[in-house]
Amino acid sequence: MPKTKSLTRGVAVVGAGMSKFGAFAEKNSRDLFVEAFKEMTKSVDKSFDSSIIESLYVGNFSSDQFEHQAHIAPLMADAVGLTPRPATRVEDACASGGVALRQGVMAIASGLYDVVLVGGAEKMMALNTAQVTEALATAADVPFEIPAGFTFPGFYAAMASAYMHRYGMKPEHLMNVAIKNHDNAALNPYAQFGVTIQKWMEGRIAAAIKKGKPAPTWSTIWDFLHDEAGNPTVAWPLRLFDCSPVTDGAAVVLLVAEERIHDFTDHPIHIIGSGQASDSALHDRPELTTIPAAKIAAAQAYEMAGVTSKDIRIAEVHDCFTIAEVIASEDLGFFAPGEGFKAAEDGVTARNGSKPVNTSGGLKAKGHPVGASGVAQAVEIWKQMRGQADARQVDGDVPLALTHNVGATGSTCVVHIYERRN
Amino acid sequence: MSEETMVRPFSAAAFNQYIAEHKLMAARCKKCEGVYVPPRAICPNCHSDEMEWVETSGNGKLAGFTVIYSGPTFMAEQGFDRKNPYISGIVELEEGVNISTRITGINPMKPNEIKIGTSLSVDFVEFGEGETKKTYLAFKA
Repeated sequence: MPKTKSLTRGVAVVGAGMSKFGAFAEKNSRDLFVEAFKEMTKSVDKSFDSSIIESLYVGNFSSDQFEHQAHIAPLMADAVGLTPRPATRVEDACASGGVALRQGVMAIASGLYDVVLVGGAEKMMALNTAQVTEALATAADVPFEIPAGFTFPGFYAAMASAYMHRYGMKPEHLMNVAIKNHDNAALNPYAQFGVTIQKWMEGRIAAAIKKGKPAPTWSTIWDFLHDEAGNPTVAWPLRLFDCSPVTDGAAVVLLVAEERIHDFTDHPIHIIGSGQASDSALHDRPELTTIPAAKIAAAQAYEMAGVTSKDIRIAEVHDCFTIAEVIASEDLGFFAPGEGFKAAEDGVTARNGSKPVNTSGGLKAKGHPVGASGVAQAVEIWKQMRGQADARQVDGDVPLALTHNVGATGSTCVVHIYERRN
Repeated sequence: MSEETMVRPFSAAAFNQYIAEHKLMAARCKKCEGVYVPPRAICPNCHSDEMEWVETSGNGKLAGFTVIYSGPTFMAEQGFDRKNPYISGIVELEEGVNISTRITGINPMKPNEIKIGTSLSVDFVEFGEGETKKTYLAFKA
């Protein structure tokens, strides 16, 4: 094994913010980025002049397809008054944001810059669902996976089928992940679906009555989630509520070199571990029940940070589908293989559990503007570690936290570990 | 150059040309004998670039699958929709390599009865006529 790689100097988050996630017909990705930038500037504790920023990295999957606009990084730099500073778009599918964060970390650790802005943005709702599905499908290995008829829900459904076969999980178990993430999102004012599944179901019943239609007879959320009318199958065994939504949104964090931290805040969040790995298409892996790149990225990050999975207090993981959260919780070492779905069922990953996962509501309920998601994960960690997550704040201190961001079926994975020291 | 001596490139286009000829071909490394589907021009195992095409046995078993109710436009054009879903899967070939493929000969309406490990053999599904005819890789139960 090569010797442990480390950052040559420390890097910390000193500000973080996100736009509201949702569907915004009048806003493009640039507008959303500006909204997130303004939220970030408000979050910086000491007075802060943005002209101090030296470089910008923006995670974005496919503005080309979603809004017919490429080359967005300089446009975003211009929109927040940062030209002529270098502005770079980073693309690794749904991991674009997490990889942009890593680029920012490396840019500071290299000594090239002291103050770097990292953003992520995606404007997806200008296209219809079929068009979005096809745009997302370009993150697959197009000539070898798409002719089989696969969609992204389909890939993760195939992983779920293998997981069910191997570990005896039932599709119902996955619903626990969706219920938990909606419970968390209901307490997140920035979430796209800030409602519990209970409220969602009640809303559907009320809407039917208002329209004079026969009211659905669901008495519990389990009735609702088992009913094709409430929760249609998308790609068996995954149903609508197993899937993250299509979302418009942006997120921004401000990174600085350790010697500059106290110009901005006395309560920084240090980034002490970073790992990233790549992999082949899904079919070319020896097992479908794990994402090898996630394990490799996590191992790199844990080693760099000098911590283990047991030390992590909370995590934001890439729950593009419910099965993805289960697999992530195992790949990160929180639970043994085959135990992740039981942990979700037993409430271990709930906000008040011993290993809270996706306190923000996750991609599932907070929303998944793909290029923004990896950065929005860091925004939630920033808030939780600083005790600023309001109604969804976890109990007690959060000295160590982790983010896990996946591109496609795991052909990219990037993991970061965060530390609060005071 | 004759058909026998001409080696097709290890590309998606060449792979698909073989599919159109109803052959599921793999790239094999002449150095380490690793077999790869999709084909690779450089061996991922030993990094040799001395590869050759070999026809696979076409026999395998189901490693993972899904029944898709909402597919891409080209599948809708082939008649698939919510009322007529289709199965996509990953098949592990006898040679130990896996491929994404359509699955035929299994009832998509009863997914609970579909078994991981089911034996399958290669099949080819054609759609369209003449110039627009396209051949898709499938595996049949």
